[in-house]
Amino acid sequence: MNLLGKLSWSAVPFDQPIVMFATALMVVTIVGVVGWVTLKGYVPYLWREWITSVDHKRIGVMYIVLALLMLLRGFTDAIMMRAQQAAAAGGVQGYLPPEHFDQIFSAHGTIMIFFMAMPFVIGLMNFVVPLQLGVRDMAFPTLNSVALWLTASGILLTNISLAVGEFAKTGWVAYPPLSELQFSPGVGVDYYLWALQISGIGTLMTGINFVATILKTRAPGMGYMRMPVFCWTALASNLLIVAAFPVLTATLAMLLLDRYLGFHFFSVDAQGNPMMYVNLFWVWGHPEVYILVLPAFGIFSEVIATFSGKPLFGYRSMVAATMVICVLSFLVWLHHFFTMGASADVNGFFGVMTMIIAVPTGVKVFNWLFTMYGGRVRFTVPVLWSIGFMVTFVIGGITGVLMAVPPADFQLHNSLFLVAHFHNVIIGGVVFGVLAGFNYWFPKAFGFTLDERWGRRSFWCWLIGFYLAFMPLYVLGLLGMTRRMQHYDNVDWQPWLLLAAVGVAVILAGIVCQIVQLVVSIRAREELRDVTGDPWNGRTLEWSTASPPPAWNFAVLPHVAERDTYWVSKKLARAKDGPPTPARGYEPIEMPKNSAIGFVTAFFAVVTGFALIWHIWWMAALGVVGAFVTLLVFAFRDREEFEIAADKIAQFDRGHQAEVAL
Amino acid sequence: MTAIRYDRAPGEQSTLTEEQGETTSGRALVYTIGLALAVILTATSFWVANTSLLWGPGVPLGLAVLAIAQMGVHLVFFLHITTGPDNTNNVLALAFGVLIVFLVVAGSLWIMANLNDNMMPPAELMNLHMQH
Amino acid sequence: MNVAVAIQDIHRDALPSASEAGPAPKRIVVAYGFWIFLLSDIVMFSALFAAYAVLVRATAGGPTGAQLFNQASAAIETACLLASSFTCGLMSLAVGSRRRAATYFLAVVTFVLGAAFLALEIREFADMIARGATPQRSAFLSAFFALVGCHGLHVAAGLVWLAVMMAQVAIKGFRASVERRLFCFALFWHALDIIWVALFTVVYLMGVLP
Repeated sequence: MNLLGKLSWSAVPFDQPIVMFATALMVVTIVGVVGWVTLKGYVPYLWREWITSVDHKRIGVMYIVLALLMLLRGFTDAIMMRAQQAAAAGGVQGYLPPEHFDQIFSAHGTIMIFFMAMPFVIGLMNFVVPLQLGVRDMAFPTLNSVALWLTASGILLTNISLAVGEFAKTGWVAYPPLSELQFSPGVGVDYYLWALQISGIGTLMTGINFVATILKTRAPGMGYMRMPVFCWTALASNLLIVAAFPVLTATLAMLLLDRYLGFHFFSVDAQGNPMMYVNLFWVWGHPEVYILVLPAFGIFSEVIATFSGKPLFGYRSMVAATMVICVLSFLVWLHHFFTMGASADVNGFFGVMTMIIAVPTGVKVFNWLFTMYGGRVRFTVPVLWSIGFMVTFVIGGITGVLMAVPPADFQLHNSLFLVAHFHNVIIGGVVFGVLAGFNYWFPKAFGFTLDERWGRRSFWCWLIGFYLAFMPLYVLGLLGMTRRMQHYDNVDWQPWLLLAAVGVAVILAGIVCQIVQLVVSIRAREELRDVTGDPWNGRTLEWSTASPPPAWNFAVLPHVAERDTYWVSKKLARAKDGPPTPARGYEPIEMPKNSAIGFVTAFFAVVTGFALIWHIWWMAALGVVGAFVTLLVFAFRDREEFEIAADKIAQFDRGHQAEVAL
Repeated sequence: MTAIRYDRAPGEQSTLTEEQGETTSGRALVYTIGLALAVILTATSFWVANTSLLWGPGVPLGLAVLAIAQMGVHLVFFLHITTGPDNTNNVLALAFGVLIVFLVVAGSLWIMANLNDNMMPPAELMNLHMQH
Repeated sequence: MNVAVAIQDIHRDALPSASEAGPAPKRIVVAYGFWIFLLSDIVMFSALFAAYAVLVRATAGGPTGAQLFNQASAAIETACLLASSFTCGLMSLAVGSRRRAATYFLAVVTFVLGAAFLALEIREFADMIARGATPQRSAFLSAFFALVGCHGLHVAAGLVWLAVMMAQVAIKGFRASVERRLFCFALFWHALDIIWVALFTVVYLMGVLP
């Protein structure tokens, strides 16, 4: 028996120059960063303050760092695809052979959804929700850390596939029979499956954490109808995570059983049923897009209310719309496979439900518009993103409702029209939302605002670039071009694809502007310093803390009596003509201890995943045992919490109050 | 901080204390009743599945009803789920879970049955069909 | 997380409801979080149930449920698991009233009953495989082994958890964290019995109907 399973030197794609170049770039970057950090002596600091941290603020930042890195990788895939399709018309074959092109579009989708959008959204929720709820941390801080690091494991495995082996060539949905062992004998699908299973466990942990936090730990007085809308959308999104991700886990497990143990869930022989994979996958897949977009809606609610200087219009209807979307998202999934052959009554039911789900979203859009109407709107960068979202997402939503009509979908399914639609709603909705949130909450996390000028430039590049890149795809879809084409014969399509490639270049400029924005802002951080903790004149509790907040968030838990509680308390303070500082009694605070369990478990998860992919059974067993031992060591630890002295809290808080009073 | 202000944890028995008359054997009685009911319902299920006394097509429905009853016994007697206001969060979470389970199972069965029905007939039947 | 920190301007009697009472005690938060996890686990089982229900007739010329399933064995397994749920409930009472000997005893009984369930199930699987009814034989058998096997894996994990918990009681005593974990274990064990009710009804009882 081979000690290294299927692994050998032939797994490294030495004969593919593009892949080798990308691998070299990745390895140099990683080695460079790790080397620089080590040589500068930052490792103890990083280990103590970040890697073993169970603080929701630190974990949130780390999620977003992962997301930004994977945005670069996923976007590189996009550039490569646009370049290939712009060139490969008629007699020209382009520079990417089909086997490579197929891996690129599969990796692009997998990375953007699982390793860019999800971490970004989860990172923002992690940072903001406990602060908005007026509490010290999430319900389960250590679980939070484990979830983060398991997501990082999935990311690492996916990136290892670039250097060792290959990635799936099945598309990001990995339908059987193509994804079965018979038709995908390589390790690509296995990389996909194990990366998603491992990070999926992390995501489920996140879902449980947020539901428990939002429902069971809020500041005194904060009843449900006094929570910020972002917390409501976070609740709905995490309820969906808890309800939907287990279905994905089961479905991918069934495919793994088919591939590893010769089961017949989805095989073409022994009466397996490949259509069942499609069905179960989308039972997860549709709620997933709402998991992504609902927090984005919440961000827009916060941003628009703050920068209009008015309370959010129609709070109750916003909450109702959010929870209705949460339930309805489980009633529409068949619209992803209208063409798989269900009869008219089944297709019709799901078509109607899909159209109905647009209604609560419409309610939200009108609420945002009515919030801005009559307000004094400050056109800051987050507001620009929000307005860009409202226009772009509505267009995308309309094309979605168009495809909700089954006969129309029969023409448009799996064409570029579909690709344009979902990018329209995901970029217009989720990406614009997280970028708005990033600009909005950055000062809270780091103590200085981001440069407005470069922020505006990046917004306009993204907006213009998006329309240039994706509106041609609607046209192409109607002209008959299907998705995922490495090469096409109809040269009439080429001008549109060239235009789309230009669009991608403009988006690239937008991303470059964002990188420049970060560099410029960090350099100018003293001028951009946020001393009061409330740079935007905010309405919700996170703005009552210092920027960045201390580890304990609030020296004294706030007592909430109404919605937009910080706005109200500021008004009261101004009315009283002076800062409201009653004599506060500071008491010591117990905070959860840091723990290495997240990082160590994730290490063993990567070992196990890699071993299973390459059929190195002894290594897989070691990985599982290692993870279990880590859990035991954690379970038997003696002290779970440590105490922060009252005078340290008092000193910090008095300093913050003094800054606010100025 | 008294527990009365807060919801009950799922699975937590009532918060009556020793002074208020609850003894350990009193609390154990709940479990014993639950066990007895569960045994009766389980035995009935096995009988229903094997008897010829019942109308055939009704048997699956009867089994389903008995299964739901058994799950109810577990929830009430072992997990102490009640409809009191201190248990609302727990019941809501359970209801949400049940809804999702129903949608996933019923939805999948409806869709898959429909898809399977619309599959092309196997080769032999096709020839027969086309010959007339 | 310490809830008993100074709360500004709080008028305790003015709090009308649990939703405005502030962060709940750790015991309640942990139990609720675990409850949510259990619901997610039940959703995962429902996906496997759905797959089983879709594939139940896909026997590919191989053996059917009626030909394979032994109802007597299923009945004994059910009895073992139900009894273990009962003894687990009694163990929860023992933990609550801090009776160590009773806790250990009831834990051992629960463990033995659970292990008996597993042993019977493993024997059933081995018999089926020996007769050629392997999961690779047909889609129906794949679905059966995955569904029932997944439940069995959960039971096995529960037994490991129970053993570790007894070690924790021995080493750490009945401190708050140990009590919370035992509480979660009880929730888990009862939930597994609930899933088994659905399992034996759908697979073993409905599966052998003509």
